[in-house]
Amino acid sequence: MSASDDFRPAATWERLQTRAALLRRVREFFQKRDFLEVETPLLSADIVIDRHLEPLWTTLYDDPSRPDDGRRLWLQTSPEFAMKRLLAAGGRALYQITRAFRAAENGPLHNPEFTLVEWYRVGDSMQQGMTLLSELVDVLLQTGSAERISYAEAFEKFVGLDPHRSSLDQLKKSATNHHIQLPAVLHADRDAWLQRLLTELVEPQLGQSGATILFDYPATQAALARIRPDNVPVAERFELYINGIELANGYHELTDPRELLEREKGAQQQRIDEGKLSLPPNQRLLAAMQNGLPACTGVALGFDRVVMLACGARHIDEVLAFPIDRA
Amino acid sequence: MASYNTSDFRKGLKVQIDGEPYLMVEMNFVKPGKGNAFYKCRLKNLIRGNVLDRTYKGGDSLEAADVEEINTQYLYRQGETFVFMDNGTYEQYELSAEQVDDGWKYLKEGMPCQIMLFNEIPVTITPPNQVELKVEYCEPAAKGNTATNVTKPVKVETGAEFQCPAFIDIGNVVKIDTRSGEYVERVKS
Repeated sequence: MSASDDFRPAATWERLQTRAALLRRVREFFQKRDFLEVETPLLSADIVIDRHLEPLWTTLYDDPSRPDDGRRLWLQTSPEFAMKRLLAAGGRALYQITRAFRAAENGPLHNPEFTLVEWYRVGDSMQQGMTLLSELVDVLLQTGSAERISYAEAFEKFVGLDPHRSSLDQLKKSATNHHIQLPAVLHADRDAWLQRLLTELVEPQLGQSGATILFDYPATQAALARIRPDNVPVAERFELYINGIELANGYHELTDPRELLEREKGAQQQRIDEGKLSLPPNQRLLAAMQNGLPACTGVALGFDRVVMLACGARHIDEVLAFPIDRA
Repeated sequence: MASYNTSDFRKGLKVQIDGEPYLMVEMNFVKPGKGNAFYKCRLKNLIRGNVLDRTYKGGDSLEAADVEEINTQYLYRQGETFVFMDNGTYEQYELSAEQVDDGWKYLKEGMPCQIMLFNEIPVTITPPNQVELKVEYCEPAAKGNTATNVTKPVKVETGAEFQCPAFIDIGNVVKIDTRSGEYVERVKS
């Protein structure tokens, strides 16, 4: 690609038309079910504190001769915080289609700026949340009703071990047997081994005939999902796959503000230990949860990947007008 | 020494691992939802040709390999030493049989040849993709047999043997693909 040629879109017009048609269908789907479409700021004072999400920031300056002096505002990695503040303030069923930004994510399935469809419905259990997700994906990609398999069942079936009870050494041994590597600094990290096994052995098997929803994640990978205190406590978190590609991530949401503080403290400490940028404590989500976040289930769907599957694209660039290299 | 960060990782990158140069022949970014980002790389050793699979995490880096390809002319062989001359500087390079590897099979005096330098020291040669070599010895040609799937060993002027079709005769010139070591065609004289 010559420099003079990169003004052109990466996606064909046909694919941009598919994008537009799918956006319309998303809106129709939620409208029919009485969801309210909302818009929340892309820029905010705080940001999701996640060990593995790297946010971008910008500076809100007053003096144009000193554009680096001013308040730091974060570009959202998802609209999660703002949506939950709306729910705590009386929202019942909300959705939005928005841009999210994540640094250090660029590849066949990742562009640092991407489109998310995110929705929440008060009163939904994880099961109801999975049903709604399955219906939406069927409307968009005609996949029928999604098959459901728990994280533990999937590991039993495709890896041959119990992901919740296996020791670090057992995970390591299984990975090594399959020639799966992990950088040395992560060798003591149980979740990192689980993720590598999931990526290499489980994910490619999911959604090979229609859609598959994986649910009940290890409690250590709960993010902001509620933990169900079973024999082995699991996170009420779920992800939907088609052709081995992860399309959506949902939670039966954590509503306890003290637990939120604990988890954020943990994630922040991991970030510091790994030498990553530490992130500001969030005040407004905490206040919202102290005020009372109603029990609900929320899902984020990677819209660009939906478009990829709809038109058989193999790289996210093929469905974006201007991917990051041409932005 | 220059280095490449994971955000620079892409196919075609030349990097250095344990003191040896590698070519990145495949690179795949994988990141499960809410998980670690990994860069899965397949790396080919530029000296020995063996392939290495390595998984890196975001923020890791690899040293850049100081690799350069120069255009030379093959001059002559002296025992186990092969002598080349840089077309630009006329500087001469002496390579061992080990460095030349299979390349000796194709080397004719005066032939153009690329040499890869790593830290300014020659490590491998790349002969032209196809070379023409004169047949010095083979079993008599099978008259009337024009099939190319019936082959026999044929010794050429460099001393190397190649599998060629049965109709090839002593004195013929054959074209050989240096990347596969396979016969391409008989060159009309």
